[in-house]
Amino acid sequence: MSAAARRGVLPGFGLSTGFTVLYLCLVVLVPLSAVALRSSSLGWQEAWKVVASPRALASYRLSFGASLLAAAANVVFGGLVAWVLARYRFPGRAFVDALVDLPFALPTAVSGIALTAVYGPTGFIGRHLEAAGVRVAFSPLGVTLALTFIGLPFVIRTLQPVLEDLDPEVEEAAAVLGASRWETFRHVLLPALVPAATTGFALAFARGLGEYGSIVFISGNMPMRTEIAPLLVMTRLEQFDYAGAAALATVLLLASFVLLLTINRLQAWTRTRAGAA
Amino acid sequence: MDADARGGGVTSPALAVPAPDREAPPRPAPPGPAAVPAPPRRRPRRATEDPALVRWALVAIALLFVGAFVLVPAATVVAEALRGGVALWWKALVDPDALAAVKLTLLVAAIAVPLNALFGLAAAWSVTRFRYAGKSVLVSLVDLPFGVSPVVSGMATVLLFGAHGWLGPWLLAHGVKVVFAVPGIVLATVFVTFPFVARELIPFMEAQGVEEEEAALVLGASGWQILTRVTLPNVKWSLLYGVILCNARAMGEFGAVSVVSGHIRGLTNTVPLQVEILYGEYAFQAAFAVASLLFLLALVTLVAKKGLEWHHRPRPSALRSAP
Amino acid sequence: MSIVVREVEKAFDATPVLRGVSLEIPDGELVALLGPSGCGKTTLLRIIAGLESADAGEVRHDGEDVSARSARERNVGVVFQHYALFRHMTVEENVAFALRVRRRPRAQVAARVAELLRLVQLEGLKGRYPQQLSGGQRQRVALARALATEPRILLLDEPFGALDARVRQELRRWLRRLHDELHVTSVFVTHDQEEAFEVADRVVLMNAGRVEQVGTPAQVFEEPASAFVMRFLGAVNAFKGWVEGDRAFVSGLDLELVAPASAAHRARAHVFVRPHELDVHRAPVPGSFAANVDRVLPLGAAVRIELSAPGFGGMVEAELDVRRSEALALAPGDAVHLSPRRVRVFPSREDELDSLTASGL
Repeated sequence: MSAAARRGVLPGFGLSTGFTVLYLCLVVLVPLSAVALRSSSLGWQEAWKVVASPRALASYRLSFGASLLAAAANVVFGGLVAWVLARYRFPGRAFVDALVDLPFALPTAVSGIALTAVYGPTGFIGRHLEAAGVRVAFSPLGVTLALTFIGLPFVIRTLQPVLEDLDPEVEEAAAVLGASRWETFRHVLLPALVPAATTGFALAFARGLGEYGSIVFISGNMPMRTEIAPLLVMTRLEQFDYAGAAALATVLLLASFVLLLTINRLQAWTRTRAGAA
Repeated sequence: MDADARGGGVTSPALAVPAPDREAPPRPAPPGPAAVPAPPRRRPRRATEDPALVRWALVAIALLFVGAFVLVPAATVVAEALRGGVALWWKALVDPDALAAVKLTLLVAAIAVPLNALFGLAAAWSVTRFRYAGKSVLVSLVDLPFGVSPVVSGMATVLLFGAHGWLGPWLLAHGVKVVFAVPGIVLATVFVTFPFVARELIPFMEAQGVEEEEAALVLGASGWQILTRVTLPNVKWSLLYGVILCNARAMGEFGAVSVVSGHIRGLTNTVPLQVEILYGEYAFQAAFAVASLLFLLALVTLVAKKGLEWHHRPRPSALRSAP
Repeated sequence: MSIVVREVEKAFDATPVLRGVSLEIPDGELVALLGPSGCGKTTLLRIIAGLESADAGEVRHDGEDVSARSARERNVGVVFQHYALFRHMTVEENVAFALRVRRRPRAQVAARVAELLRLVQLEGLKGRYPQQLSGGQRQRVALARALATEPRILLLDEPFGALDARVRQELRRWLRRLHDELHVTSVFVTHDQEEAFEVADRVVLMNAGRVEQVGTPAQVFEEPASAFVMRFLGAVNAFKGWVEGDRAFVSGLDLELVAPASAAHRARAHVFVRPHELDVHRAPVPGSFAANVDRVLPLGAAVRIELSAPGFGGMVEAELDVRRSEALALAPGDAVHLSPRRVRVFPSREDELDSLTASGL
């Protein structure tokens, strides 16, 4: 029997798969390989000089550091919001639930100028922070803040369904066995949430690493201090240093590949955990 | 301290919870020996319920967090846009450059969204209706653009089609300008919005299973008949959901488009780029006025998304690897 | 239309599901594919329908090799396990689907749909959507839909699986009557012995991707062809022992065989006795063994006695009719003696493959 028959009997295999692969190649794979190939035109030594320059290193540090911090903040506070949304009924709950998706739906340029307006030195919240000696805009803190905003829905929307699916019987069993509420949370609920929380963290982190629009307004873009890696790529491009930009972009691409693989694994983990429960 | 010890009885009346309907009715305190001072009336909590104090503290923190991070910035957009009054807001919107930007944004979305919807349908059909080697690799590759920084996405277009790119010189010689022109913006947008519909449809069609299509086949339907009479009616809401998300991103994309556009006013400026330019020129009011259009887009997207979730899906899907 | 399956093999991801299955179903017969889950019965049904294709072997409908024909071209009626009704179509539209995609004239479609809805007694519900129907109604819609083009083969995958017990009973009888009326060659998959016996003319017993036995319900029950069939159909006491010529030996007990097992010399064997073929005595009789009564369970017309027989692998079950049980007046703790009226013996095979053990039944 032909291999074709083993795939299944519905029509359209060739057409749909052919179109999928072709479109994928044209739209995604060819352009991305152009980036990688362009950076190789520099030669190893030159490329290394670009990607390991102090300015580049500082931008990685900021991009990675701020993304990690923001993702961590989101796991704590976003986790809390997810818990509250999934578990409690309170006035305005539906509104908050809808609001959580806003950072995802709002174009990043708008988020950027809005955050700058609120947290800038004269902003609604920024001026009070300024008075307290905390500078948000044009500092690494501002970058972290913008990334927290951007990453928020990822953590919440990953945790919320898992929280809603938790079987109340498990908690009741814990209570019957004599566990206090805190012990139940610590030993029964928390472990069940770890895979989803980790996935949410990775998603928020991955998004933060590549984020551009919401940061450029609030960061001030000072080289060595508040310049994120994607912005450095942009700067190189504007100077028509395509090879240099491509080298930096390749570093970012590699990081996002690794993250994508990690996230795939994590999501499989979350699913198996959810399935086993 | 044990969380239990802070239970209902300690709570001040001001914080008393309006009892959610699923709670058990209060039980009268057991008649204790007269010598023991009656403890403050305690209603036994359900096993899955947290102490009221904890509950309200958590709700307060959550509200504060969402307020400071989402609500205040969102409200600021509206406030700043209308700061000079509605007339000034309107004036900023009907500015020829702003109108040109709106037109371009609509055009770009009108090309990118249908293309990616078609791709999403083909990919979902291929991946969920057949068994073949390399399927999981294909699914992972579909996710790729979500992981790539928008700046890098835009840059890929420049490297391919720019004046110094692979195909750029040849295209220029034939009179086709891609980078710093509309085609480049479309290409960059197609790239960044590539996975949306596919990511929505693949899990949905996977969950729906193949039985209905098989039934149609056994009943004598052709491939086209199966697609139009069985599959499309079944996935239409899921497809629409993906299209709405795809459209929101297509209209709002900033980073990728910023790289390829060249910021030529009235020609290659999309709405988000127009916002950036106005903001950079310290025309804050005008910048926020144009931004309020995008804010409106976000609201419409959210309402449509919520509506679809409420109607046709048990709950919002986890964003998976959404952007 | 007759169905012939010859040496069909099928594997999923290198896991064999069907290992050389051959089967002949004459025109007009109603046949059950019976076996535990994972035995390959659904895969076989799907291969007959054209929804899977075999890795090797052939399928013939009415003598014609249909292996190369797609499911679309086979004109086979299929009732899916979960019915696979089109959820966005009404009952009427579901039933009319096959005729509409064949571009039959409107009037003809309407007439045929009305006829089918009458047949399945759902005339009143033609405007409903599948979600608005009960399980039994959905099943009948699925059946009407499958019959729309007058297929000469009807395939049903666990047709009663998703229904509750009472509805299942009714639908079984109804399906049998329908078959007697239409005489369409029908094959249905089930894991429920009672269902297969009640509905089918013949039963095909499958195990681990092979056909173990084909026969009428009485045949397969009375003359099981293998240890698997013996164990799968009804309750049974299983002992490990030896067989030689026309005698079997279990723990010192020497049993005479009605049908000698095909072992000329002494061989390891499975020895089976059905609970209702085990006599209970107060005193020892020739060929009996000692046991203790653990529990006495009245089951209506019969009484089930659970006993422990230390020399015979522990638990033994016997079933007596009420009168015999009353005469014995058994109580837990009583010492009794058991003598098998009928023994079936199957020599052990080294390569025994058993979906029963695999599926943990």
